[in-house]
Amino acid sequence: MPPALEARDVVKSYGDKPVLDGVSLTVGDGEFVSLVGPSGSGKSTLFRVIGGLEPAERGEIVIDGQRANGRRGLIAYMPQQASLLPWRTVAGNIELALGIAGVPRGEARKLAREGLGRVGLGEYADAWPHMLSGGMQQRVSFIRALLSPRKLMCLDEPFGALDALTRQHMQEWLMSIWEEHRRAVLLVTHSIEEALLLSDRVVVLSARPARVLREFAVPFGRPRGAKLWKSPEFAELRDAIYELLKPAGAGGSRG
Amino acid sequence: MGNKWLKGWPPLAVIALLAAAWEAAVRLFAVEPYILPSPSAIVREAMQPNVWPRLEMHTLATVWRTLAGLALGVLAGIVLAAVIHLVPGARRAAPPLLVLSQSVPYIVLVPLMLIWLGFGDGPKIVLIMLVCFFPVTVAMLTGLRECDPALRGYLAMIGADRWTMFMRLELPNAVPYLFSGFRVAAAYSVTTTVAAEWFGGGSGLGYYIKLSYSGFETARVFAGTIIIVAFSLLMFGLAGLAERLVVRWKPKAERRDGHAAGA
Repeated sequence: MPPALEARDVVKSYGDKPVLDGVSLTVGDGEFVSLVGPSGSGKSTLFRVIGGLEPAERGEIVIDGQRANGRRGLIAYMPQQASLLPWRTVAGNIELALGIAGVPRGEARKLAREGLGRVGLGEYADAWPHMLSGGMQQRVSFIRALLSPRKLMCLDEPFGALDALTRQHMQEWLMSIWEEHRRAVLLVTHSIEEALLLSDRVVVLSARPARVLREFAVPFGRPRGAKLWKSPEFAELRDAIYELLKPAGAGGSRG
Repeated sequence: MGNKWLKGWPPLAVIALLAAAWEAAVRLFAVEPYILPSPSAIVREAMQPNVWPRLEMHTLATVWRTLAGLALGVLAGIVLAAVIHLVPGARRAAPPLLVLSQSVPYIVLVPLMLIWLGFGDGPKIVLIMLVCFFPVTVAMLTGLRECDPALRGYLAMIGADRWTMFMRLELPNAVPYLFSGFRVAAAYSVTTTVAAEWFGGGSGLGYYIKLSYSGFETARVFAGTIIIVAFSLLMFGLAGLAERLVVRWKPKAERRDGHAAGA
């Protein structure tokens, strides 16, 4: 099995401003990897390069064993805003995403209903998105990405717009669903705790231009519970990552 | 439902009040009927056995012309907006031409149309189309362009091609805008039809009003005018109803004023 994603030495700049300065990372098959870094460190740019929306100046993107530089439609995606089309029902939105990924219409319909039912959202299948709360919309957005027949799921700060309590519920919810399905996930987040709670590995990026500072393997077994927060190893890892991200630390504030 | 009827009452009450004042003024000051007939005299005249059938006939002619011209004009407006939107560079090239098409006063176009296309329904319908396509095209172009960037970004990330983007995002997004253009076009279509009939041909309320005016049949002029106004209001109302039936996905509060604020 090839890894779901391999980024090799990716370089990208806007004009004369370097954004990605040789970023390499791997997401194994069925692995949950988080990417943390200071704001504006180029995480979103890296996602756009992986998604094929922006060309990389140097380096290679390999998705599921195929060279994917500049190729779109190879990933499942969950953005920060739920991004449900307001004129399609909840199920209709999932069907559209599956359709774009090449799933035949009849099957997409079946998959959408089943998928919503499995996570207890079946009763919302025919609702308009605006009738759902922000947290509910994000659940639909996650299920939509999960059902897409793509090996790699890219989650771009998926809980960034939610309030703290909803956010915590969503993390636990996402973790339980993910542990059942074990899909390859690349998660971008600002929250070190979120990264540690959810991931198998945490990749820490430097301030712009982004390089990989360090990778941390997260040693906790699964299924994980919320009491993880209180364990001393958790605190130790969190502090180590926090130390790396300190703005004044290693003279990271260039430009 | 009760609310809707309540909302309909104040304008109707105002109209009734104005009609009553008009009736009273005409009687009080004994105004000559060829200058200003009273509302009751207008109704009596319209009901005459030699007037009513002709009013009916001319109304039908006006209605079908308006509907045909409006339908074709809206269709042309939609297609034109889609083409301008999809053809690269057309968005910059088109606006001066669109404005040009509207800055020629249509009163000037009427004789030209008659010269080129004769006295039948053809020139009138073309004229209505010319007037109706513009508000539809302009409104729809806005709707096609002003899509939520988050939605656009999401669809691009999962690999939607240009056509999918158009069919699934831009076109549905433009529908509420299309309807506000459609309501304006519906209102224009009636007045344009009447003006075209005034200038040529032998049927329609415009023609009938011109004829009655030449014969100093002022009550008949008013009767025709009242039918035209009622028809305009009906068209405007039907356009609003069509919007409510088609755009069912919007939250109620947003739908009420009919305008598609960026959602």
